[in-house]
Amino acid sequence: MESVIDIQGLGLTFERDGRRTEVLRGLDLAIPRGAFVAIVGASGVGKSTLLRVLIGLAQASAGKVTLDTHSAQRQPVALVFQDSRLLPWRRVIDNVAFGLEGRGLSRRDRHAKALDALGIVGLAHLARRWPHQLSGGQRQRVALARALAVEPEVLLMDEPFSALDAISRESLQDELTRIWQVTGKTILFVTHDIEEATYLADRVVVLAGAPGRAVADHAIDTPRPRRRDDDADAAIVADVRRHLGSSKGAVLAEAA
Amino acid sequence: MALTETAALPVAPAARRARLNAFSSVGLGAAGLLAFLLIWQAVPSLSLVNPMMLPGPLAIPAAFQSELASGMWLTAVTGSLSHYTLGLVVGSALGIALGVLTGMSRVAEDLTSWVVRVLRPIPGLAWAPFAIIWFGVTPSAAVFIITISVFWIVFFAAHGAVRAVDRDLLEVADAFGFRAAHEKLFKIYLPAAMPGILVGLRTALGQAWMAVVAAEIFGVPGLGHRMIEASALLATDIVIVYMLTMAALYGLLDSLFLLLQNWLLRWKA
Repeated sequence: MESVIDIQGLGLTFERDGRRTEVLRGLDLAIPRGAFVAIVGASGVGKSTLLRVLIGLAQASAGKVTLDTHSAQRQPVALVFQDSRLLPWRRVIDNVAFGLEGRGLSRRDRHAKALDALGIVGLAHLARRWPHQLSGGQRQRVALARALAVEPEVLLMDEPFSALDAISRESLQDELTRIWQVTGKTILFVTHDIEEATYLADRVVVLAGAPGRAVADHAIDTPRPRRRDDDADAAIVADVRRHLGSSKGAVLAEAA
Repeated sequence: MALTETAALPVAPAARRARLNAFSSVGLGAAGLLAFLLIWQAVPSLSLVNPMMLPGPLAIPAAFQSELASGMWLTAVTGSLSHYTLGLVVGSALGIALGVLTGMSRVAEDLTSWVVRVLRPIPGLAWAPFAIIWFGVTPSAAVFIITISVFWIVFFAAHGAVRAVDRDLLEVADAFGFRAAHEKLFKIYLPAAMPGILVGLRTALGQAWMAVVAAEIFGVPGLGHRMIEASALLATDIVIVYMLTMAALYGLLDSLFLLLQNWLLRWKA
């Protein structure tokens, strides 16, 4: 299958105060176009770093990353951060239009596109609000709209729902699934929540170790719409837990 | 019944108390001002002090009227306001420009750090000799002194505000492809630093009035100059007219600035 992102032998070493920390080593990963891939791992394993390399916030020290995008777009990838990181001095609509600036579009056109993106996340009616007037869940929806507005081929998401309450998190998970199905975007979703990964993605890659590398790669074939109480992926969840070194996972794996 | 009463009780008295507090604080303020004026008037009226040394408030309206009629008041006010405005605009513009530059660039900060340390402690007024040598006793000299006083306040406010800009928001600019310095300046640094810069500007607004009076004492026409002229003639009532004029102008400008500030920062919670 055609890959939109092809990562080969990716390595990354930070240097701070003369101390070198190797975060990633020899990571190979191919993301097919239109796939929903979840990357699971403990904190500090380099999941976020991987996304930062893909968006250009960090430089790889080794290996190769190939982005095969169809159009000569200014921005083939967009990132949704863990905290929404909206600009507090911009209204919702202008936050969503942020990435569209500097492309020779008129303000009217930018706003029209931003309003479309807000419509996708169901918040068009809050366009004139300030970020501080929104709930945490709404802010994260706006951040998602901001990423969608630049019409990227790949959506990178860095634990985007981990700071939300359970109810907002579940409704955003369902919304994201719907948006993925409607837009056909490729999604690379980083999380430390195994259930979230298996509920959302059609492939789960486990990062572990120091430096981090891919230790497991599971296809999730459960048909959609999925049920949260479904235990069809119980074996996969147990295997992921085992790889993450969680004792609970190890016990489950033995039982299975 | 008893239940609804206890539920309603804590709300109503709180609101009434708040209203009462607002009313009584205005009333107390007015009473305090009245007492102040009475004591002020009593001092010369009871001959505790020679009225030539301290005229009472009742003498002020007549003095104000005569200054107004002679046209002196308007000339002094427009003169001072023009020095004030020019000095404020030039000093603020330079202060913001250099403060933002040294806030954004480590090289610029290191390059200027020792120069700042040398020049910073010199009060604006200490530049008066050079102001007069370079510009003579002209409005430009007054503007120069005001500019320097304003510059440092705004410079440090802008520098600090830019240094404190949230790195996470700068990453947002990077993530959306805005990597150039001018893109980050206008999209992130300036709006994010705006609250801090405005605090500096408001302080400068008050500081600039002190500089106006000081600068004009050397003879540049304006409020300060007219005060010195009047005091030389022992026209103390006229001195007080100009003292109150300054207080009124400052109060007016500060209120207008506050309105502007609230509008600019309407995005804040």
